[in-house]
Amino acid sequence: MERSYEKYFRQNRLPHLWCPGCGNGIAMKAIVQAIEKKGLSQDNTVIVSGIGCSSRASGYMDFDTLHTAHGRAIPFATGIKLANPELNVIVITGDGDCTAIGGNHFIHGCRRNIDLTVVLFNNNIYGMTGGQASPMTPLGKKATTAPYGSIDRTFDAARLAEAAGATYVARSTAYHVQHLTDMIVQGLDNQGFSFIEAMVQCPTAYGRKNKMGSAADMMKDMQESAVMKAAWDKLAADKKEHKFPIGVLYKEDGLDYATAYEAVIETAGGKNK
Amino acid sequence: MTEARLMQGNEACAEGAIAAGVSFFGGYPITPSTEIAEGMAKMLPAIGGKFVQMEDEIASMGVVLGASLAGKKALTASSGPGISLKQELIGYAACAEIPVVIVNVQRVGPSTGQPTAPSQGDVMQARWGTHGDHPMIALSPWSVREAYDAAVMAVNYSERFRTPVILLMDEIIGHLREKVVLPEAKDIKIYPRRKPACSRAEGYQPYTPDKDLVPNVANFGEGYHIHVTGLIHDETGFPVGSPKITEEAIDRLHQKIEIARDEITHTEEYFMDDAEYAVIAFGGTARTAYEAVKNARAKGQKVGMVRLMTIWPFADKIVKALAAKVKGILVAELNYGQLVHEVERAVAGKCDVQLCAKYNMEIFEPQEIESGIDKLCAGGKD
Amino acid sequence: MRKQLRLSGSGGQGVITAAIIFAEAAVKEGKEAVQSQSYGPEARGGASKSEVIIDDAPIYHPHVQQPDLVLALTQKAAEKYYGDLHEDGILVLDEDLVPEPPKFKNTIRIPITKLAVEQVGKSLFANIVALGALVRITGLVDFETIKSSVAKRVPPHTVEKNMQALQVGWDAAGKAVK
Repeated sequence: MERSYEKYFRQNRLPHLWCPGCGNGIAMKAIVQAIEKKGLSQDNTVIVSGIGCSSRASGYMDFDTLHTAHGRAIPFATGIKLANPELNVIVITGDGDCTAIGGNHFIHGCRRNIDLTVVLFNNNIYGMTGGQASPMTPLGKKATTAPYGSIDRTFDAARLAEAAGATYVARSTAYHVQHLTDMIVQGLDNQGFSFIEAMVQCPTAYGRKNKMGSAADMMKDMQESAVMKAAWDKLAADKKEHKFPIGVLYKEDGLDYATAYEAVIETAGGKNK
Repeated sequence: MTEARLMQGNEACAEGAIAAGVSFFGGYPITPSTEIAEGMAKMLPAIGGKFVQMEDEIASMGVVLGASLAGKKALTASSGPGISLKQELIGYAACAEIPVVIVNVQRVGPSTGQPTAPSQGDVMQARWGTHGDHPMIALSPWSVREAYDAAVMAVNYSERFRTPVILLMDEIIGHLREKVVLPEAKDIKIYPRRKPACSRAEGYQPYTPDKDLVPNVANFGEGYHIHVTGLIHDETGFPVGSPKITEEAIDRLHQKIEIARDEITHTEEYFMDDAEYAVIAFGGTARTAYEAVKNARAKGQKVGMVRLMTIWPFADKIVKALAAKVKGILVAELNYGQLVHEVERAVAGKCDVQLCAKYNMEIFEPQEIESGIDKLCAGGKD
Repeated sequence: MRKQLRLSGSGGQGVITAAIIFAEAAVKEGKEAVQSQSYGPEARGGASKSEVIIDDAPIYHPHVQQPDLVLALTQKAAEKYYGDLHEDGILVLDEDLVPEPPKFKNTIRIPITKLAVEQVGKSLFANIVALGALVRITGLVDFETIKSSVAKRVPPHTVEKNMQALQVGWDAAGKAVK
């Protein structure tokens, strides 16, 4: 049976290089299902990624795809969107790519409210290079560069996005596939900077090092730790430990950058040129 | 011909780029290049183009590469520290073959150096600033009018060869105002964006080289579903971990420029007819060298000047031929000595090569280069 | 006919703008002209100089080698920039802001900044007062040409005041030379 979303993949580039049990494939599939749901044209949609495990996704997806340099997906995507605002531009990034080496670009993408849909595959680790700590590795967890447990405080990328000016911020997990897809659909609906953090399990480079069991065990952890936003807001502070909210975390109306620039062109007298 | 006007080098560079079809600029302000960004911020929206001030120089490179991939001719400009930051994605543009022009209005370095003072210290950075094996085209204008022409040329070369081109200005020309008469728009030759020769259904591969070894990569949004990466890739655009493909890919990147080398190596000769000695200079320094050579001629010294407008690829052939003709060459450059090494390499011992260097924030005075000429004519003795 | 002028003062006094306008007027009259400047990293307050070379033939070396005229609007600039002035050259000084004029044969002292304040209304116009004076002293460009160059460069609502400043400078130079 052909599944309807298969046309969004470059069959000749599959199978993917991700490890067995990796959550990246689930997040990638959620993106194409969101694209399908929204009815976006493959000719008119560009997938931009950085460097790392997550960012290999662009190569498997049958669109115009751009595998940029480490941390730089958002500036490239900004250029694409401004040069041709008709294009739907989706960015796939990872926790290291987006919040470490690309942190400043992430902040300023949010600030400009440039119309991008940014999906961060958060596996809490640098997977591609064998398990070094990222800014989203939880406190106390081990990594090859944090062999005694990480003492670096962790970024909450969703709160960072909100504070920096993103107009849509959501989180979901690889366990909550339908929910994740829905979060991405709503991100695509928003004309502005949309940020979706997709928690994904990395059983190989992160789970094994931290004795977190199999991929299934890690997904079960996600199921137990994730709390829907509405419930989270009512949760007592002492019950929040080891848990995190999922759902639409923040939303506001705001003029996107390309539209704002149209007014600049108008003022400068460059309309219709 | 248009009306004569007083124009600044940076201003001419911005207008030249627009004349060549640039409709997108991404940048970050930095002295002494800022007038280019300011000019673009004002002029681009007035022609329906776009200007964006990015958070840093890395992002500035990223945004122009994105815009170029989406079909717009794109420019960025910076200086010293900013150019250092841009190196990562200059390499990306070389590898992924994305047309883009980077203006470097050189100032004194290293590091923050002397922000407002002229220098020509980025000659080697222009060639080797980013990691790995890659070709580079760099042009260095010596007048405000030539800053305009070089901007047009840089944009055209970036499109024709699908490669990053560095417009290696210096503060002397960047901030100089002088009388210029610009060409009429109709007289400016523009190299258009290369187009795919066939459709997807006909088996289009984005990185299949054309006869001139340059691929006709489709723009994003044209329905080709191409993949672009900074990993070494084959004709499909997808990464391949093969020694053979890696070697072929790096060969082609170099060869596409190499086979056009003579055509893009622009030099000019002055007072060279019966010259027994020559001064080699470029950019703003060449103006002072010209004055020095003219004065030396008045004193009866048989000296001429060869001016390099194309810095990279280096004018090997021309310098080699020069070495066979003259007894000695003086390289005048506003740095500790960079281009002189290339000259020595090309000369290969066939004649005397001497350096006239200056790196103290000030431009050369003609007398300083004249002293260098005196020494050269005396066979290296004071 | 090469003429080399150096306009100096402290950053913010507008000597660079004055030099640009002078060069623009020369270009308008069909002459070759180059204008350059140097300033410290601090945009305001430091010693600032701008140079203009005017010639009938192409100009290569872009900096003044031996000025025919030096304008100084501060004591510090006067001391720093008059040294290599041609012996038959002219030193033009702001009478009040250069209280101790260097010993130089052809020195013209004009209360430039004072005139700008008292007759035009703001010290901001000192550079244009100076420009009006320089046009008269050098005779390099026509007064009408400089008027149209100034009008093109300054904000539209200040054109009238700037024309007045030019005239004040022109008249003051006439008086000072006599």
